[in-house]
Amino acid sequence: MKKSSMFDLLVLVVRRDLILAMRRRADVLTTLIFFVMVVSLFPLGVGPEMDMLRKMAPGVLWVAALLSSMLSLVRLFSADYIDGTLEQMMLSPQSLSMLVLGKMVAHWMVSGLPLVLVAPVLGLQFDMAVEALGVLIIGLLLGTPILSMVGAIGAALTLGLRGGGVLLSLLVLPLCIPVLIFGSGAVDAVTTGLAVSPHLSLLGALLVLALAFTPWVTAQALRISME
Amino acid sequence: MLEVSNLACSRGDHRLFSGLSFTLSPGQIMQVQGANGSGKTSLLRTLCGFLMPDEGDIAWRGENIRSLDEDYCAEMMYLGHLNAIKDELSAVENLRISAGLSGLDLSDREAIAALRRMGLKGKERLPTKVLSQGQRRRVALSRMLVNDAKLWILDEPLAALDVVAVALIQELIAEHLAQQGLVMFTTHQPLEVAGMDICNLTLS
Repeated sequence: MKKSSMFDLLVLVVRRDLILAMRRRADVLTTLIFFVMVVSLFPLGVGPEMDMLRKMAPGVLWVAALLSSMLSLVRLFSADYIDGTLEQMMLSPQSLSMLVLGKMVAHWMVSGLPLVLVAPVLGLQFDMAVEALGVLIIGLLLGTPILSMVGAIGAALTLGLRGGGVLLSLLVLPLCIPVLIFGSGAVDAVTTGLAVSPHLSLLGALLVLALAFTPWVTAQALRISME
Repeated sequence: MLEVSNLACSRGDHRLFSGLSFTLSPGQIMQVQGANGSGKTSLLRTLCGFLMPDEGDIAWRGENIRSLDEDYCAEMMYLGHLNAIKDELSAVENLRISAGLSGLDLSDREAIAALRRMGLKGKERLPTKVLSQGQRRRVALSRMLVNDAKLWILDEPLAALDVVAVALIQELIAEHLAQQGLVMFTTHQPLEVAGMDICNLTLS
């Protein structure tokens, strides 16, 4: 037996959550299928007018990404809370923020990354141009981790509450508005021939801010929920 | 080593206990007794730092556990009512992960050895959802074999265990005490540790 470092712990938590996700594949797939369904409903409902579809594509994709990430957030801490693993995590001699960061990373890999990968295919339904698709992917790559991280604060605060899922969405969705604005704004900018970098830089800045503060805030929220 | 002075704790508006003071030194074991709802689990959870006491002070090596925080966690092991094991993972994976969370890097071989001693031979690689309640408890309790914590806080360690396992737990506690460890526990079953006097703390 040897002592493990903080980084080992981060890797351990990410690996554990990925293994668990692989063994409960249905949970992962529902998020992805929900995303695909919501996005695909729009062309069917609105009709095949190319101009209109092209215009709404970024907004629709981003809103759908936002909603489907809410879907999986409820489970972020609840399983660990119910079976007592969360108690043991709080008694870990390493910082709880690091553990929380690990859970955020794993959550993004399981529920955010698949959305990013499937988004270009869905974008084709809206007749999006290639450069617009490229910007959409970069935007989603920067934005979906923020959704996981900000969502984790909400998930920690609503832990163990009845009807926590709805409350969680009400708490977290308003906080995600900036991500939505800059993310879909970037795609709008590239289609109208404006500079993309301001939007993406702002998204990047939000990501750095979220990385710096959300693990600590989530850890404090978890401590409050455990009392 | 563990000094509790004038501790008071309440759940909601209901005061569970107040003015509780005791000291636990290396090699000592203490049983917390009391009727259902008298605050045994709350006391243990307060000692872990999950609950904030209303009043009073808990000190470890002369320093408040709140200010020690992670240093205290490194020297303490808590086994609660909940097993903290995942149904989807095998016994080995569960044990390795819980050891990892408490800061120890456990190899497959060490984990299997611990599980075998716990009487889970042949069940090491099975997902824990196919194990019985008692076997799952054994998986959780095998953490007692693979940690270097000084203070053990055990909440109902004997629940769901058979006679053989109870004897093994008593043996492990005796070993731990012989190495100058500290144990605090609650139980509704008789637990005897060879050659040891168990201090009693009764909550009413």
